[in-house]
Amino acid sequence: MADSGVTDGAERKEDITRVKNEGKELSKEEKQRLRKEKKSQKKNKEKKDEQDALASEREKNCAPSTLSQPAAHKEPAASPPVQAAVSEPPAPAAGAPPADKPAKSKAELKAERRARQETERASKPGKKGDPGPQSTAGKPKAPPSELQPVVKRLPEHVQVDNPEVLKKLAKKLERQQIPLRSDYGYKVSLFSHLHQYSRKAPLTQQLSIPSTVIHPVIVRLGLQYSQGIVAGSNARSVALLHAFKQVIRDYVTPPNEELSRDMVNKLKPYISFLNQCRPLSASMGNAIKYIKKEISNIPSQCKEEEAKTKLQACIDRYIREKIVLAAKAISKYAIEKISDGDVILVYGCSSLVNHILCEASEKRRKFRVIVVDSRPRLEGREALRRLVKHGISCTYVLISALSYVLPEVSKVFLGAHALLANGYVMSRVGTSQIALVAKAFNVPVLVCCETYKFCERVQTDSFVSNELDDPDDLMVTRKGKTQLEGWQQVSQLGLLNLVYDVTPPDFVDLVITDLGMIPCTSVPVVLRVKNVDQ
Amino acid sequence: VIVITTKEVQKMMSTDPKMKLEVKMKLDVVCIPEDTDMGTADALRHIQQKIKTDILVMSCDLITDAALHEVVDLFRAHNSTLAMMMSKAHEFTETVPGQKGKKKTAEQRDFVGVDESGKRLLFMANEADLEEGLSIRKSIMRKHPRMHIKTGLVDAHLYCLKKSVVDFLAENKSISSIRGELVPYLVRKQFSKAANSQTTKDEADEQSQKHKDGNVNLDLHILSRDEPLLQLAQDYSCWNDHRGDMSDAYHGGTLRCYVHIMEQGLCYRVNTLAAYIEANRLAPKLFEEPAVHPSAVVSERCLIGSDSIIGAGGQIAEKTSIKRSTIGNSVTVKEKVKVTNSIVMHGVTIEEGCNIQGSVICSNAVIGRGADLKYCLVGNGQRIEPEAERTNEVIVGSDQLMEI
Repeated sequence: MADSGVTDGAERKEDITRVKNEGKELSKEEKQRLRKEKKSQKKNKEKKDEQDALASEREKNCAPSTLSQPAAHKEPAASPPVQAAVSEPPAPAAGAPPADKPAKSKAELKAERRARQETERASKPGKKGDPGPQSTAGKPKAPPSELQPVVKRLPEHVQVDNPEVLKKLAKKLERQQIPLRSDYGYKVSLFSHLHQYSRKAPLTQQLSIPSTVIHPVIVRLGLQYSQGIVAGSNARSVALLHAFKQVIRDYVTPPNEELSRDMVNKLKPYISFLNQCRPLSASMGNAIKYIKKEISNIPSQCKEEEAKTKLQACIDRYIREKIVLAAKAISKYAIEKISDGDVILVYGCSSLVNHILCEASEKRRKFRVIVVDSRPRLEGREALRRLVKHGISCTYVLISALSYVLPEVSKVFLGAHALLANGYVMSRVGTSQIALVAKAFNVPVLVCCETYKFCERVQTDSFVSNELDDPDDLMVTRKGKTQLEGWQQVSQLGLLNLVYDVTPPDFVDLVITDLGMIPCTSVPVVLRVKNVDQ
Repeated sequence: VIVITTKEVQKMMSTDPKMKLEVKMKLDVVCIPEDTDMGTADALRHIQQKIKTDILVMSCDLITDAALHEVVDLFRAHNSTLAMMMSKAHEFTETVPGQKGKKKTAEQRDFVGVDESGKRLLFMANEADLEEGLSIRKSIMRKHPRMHIKTGLVDAHLYCLKKSVVDFLAENKSISSIRGELVPYLVRKQFSKAANSQTTKDEADEQSQKHKDGNVNLDLHILSRDEPLLQLAQDYSCWNDHRGDMSDAYHGGTLRCYVHIMEQGLCYRVNTLAAYIEANRLAPKLFEEPAVHPSAVVSERCLIGSDSIIGAGGQIAEKTSIKRSTIGNSVTVKEKVKVTNSIVMHGVTIEEGCNIQGSVICSNAVIGRGADLKYCLVGNGQRIEPEAERTNEVIVGSDQLMEI
């Protein structure tokens, strides 16, 4: 690695002289030379190929930009194409000295250029926030430097159809001693990059009883997630924080280790386990980030007991401030928007929206609610039960009756799973349809969301990052007959059970958060303010 | 892993070479004195200090290939107090040696009531306890209008219990058996007035008054564990375990009992002779190791069926025929012996020309020449004289008591 760095520097000086002549070709030539260097070094050294490719990739990344980016695990995905490109230059070029570039024929150059383009294309979707293609040399980008002090993001890009990424994931899980959950059933091709698990094959099947690697509270939590007993963004976050409280309580610092560093390492396998059981939600991700930050901020001279009580108090405070008090603030704002005689439409079961409506009914507002529900989860039934228990008069329809019911509706209240940085609302599948039809009927759509669910991700469609639920949930038995029973045998049939979808900000009229009522496009402002605060 | 047993068994365990090699668990053996008649719950009370977390209790006479995670998952997922396993009972087809006439099994029927999903345990009683008839409380019917009552189930005696139950046992010394008393008590307590905040009309249960002190203790143990954060998570979660009425998940109750009923697979509790024999018949299918132990000396002209097991150090002479039998370690079988459908334990010597059918021969017995045993039960270290002909007899020494 040191060698290529030295030669890199030497080559760069040569390149600078050629800048005026060859313009765009410059960086590609540099890459060519680097590759040739590497090839000759490979024959001399006896290291593994992968390490060199990785090293050279990293060097290439470091070379144009002065930032030392943490090698995202997407890079190995780019390394095999790089390998292919490296093996392409024919054998005679391997032994040739770096200055012997003109000896290459035009055809070989073309082939190399094509290979490089493939590399760049392959590496582009994988590297988010990275400096991008090498042609933008030497320009440190403003956002990465700003994001640098923030704790590293949880990986969002699941690439199940990429065997390299899968292998890496399997290796990581093996290192952490967590069983790998295998995918189930045929996946619709558009969503083949996502995981699809079966509820009947829980991860606990492969764990020992009692589980020695993973804290039993975490095993219980993972099981509850995968079976849907704890569902809903707020519920999952609260349950996660409760479980972490217990983990912290039972934690004992091993000798010669510091609590601030070791506890974070202990939490990593738990988080992978929970991710295997059910992909983490944005709210959970933010909660984990917060806890990790708090743990790493513990001063080293702090005693263990003190540190533990401090962390538990932090968690309690987080829940109280970000969830409970935020709900109170949001309902205060939202109740201003509810007037007497209103007909409010809600979709599915959102704990926040239910809370708002119950508070409004306690404040003696006269309104009625239409609950819209959709298969296969049919969460609306639970929302209906809770609202009726509070004495609110409700109507219940399925989403197919939406346009029939909308002429009577005066407002639509929607809950959100997460609010993305470009103003899109990520919520239960079907929400975007409701917003769309409501817009067509000129009915105001209000989204209620706490600020801790705001997420720095950017997404404009529901395909790139979503969650696939168990496809067997779509099977329904009526009068003793299950029509879809043998769906796996039919080769042309695939069942798709999506969980989330994104709603564009043009359909959302107002977002009610604990900071106030903001338009959808102000979400990045809130995020920026939050980052500066932290 | 804590093993509770008597001193004798512990001695046997420590001398058995197989135990040392094959058992991978770390065993902590606790001895109880032999004379005292300890029930299973008493045994738990005995080791209460060692118990620090939720426990899985099983009896050593359980042979099963069930997936344990199913039971434990029920325990974990629903945060239940008790999770147990049951399986469908089989009729035993083998003739049990030493038994005269059929045993009446009707009195020992268990009535088990489960809800629609087949997981939640609503009712459990033994026929012996129900004298006037089966009575079900209205509170149960109101919460679970559909209940399936099954009688053909056998209890596998595998229980997942919360630590609070062990603490409760420590204080409530009147319960002595898990199966007979603790489990029905917990199942009843799910729907009692004290555990729920809802009022129930029908309370015709006199036993609840006797256990009033127990009530208070159990409530303390159970209600304190539902921490506020867990309750908050449950409130926020859009999940309910039932639908059709206006109550919250689990009807707001904190005590829950779950059962996993095995449909397929084998599950034997070898605490009766019939079950023991049945299990031995199926033993060759369970083990992956070869039926005939490599260290056994088996001569060439003997017929050993594929469904027989020969233990280590056995010596089988010529012209013997062994079918559907289990032969233990260090057994000497001389020539021209026919062993069919039998269980021969360790250290037995069978002299020439014997014919053993459907019998159980215990350790260190000697069967004399030419003996003919049909459906007999031969005790430890007994000697059968040559040319004896016994059918359907129990041959024990006067100092030994054998329970069938």
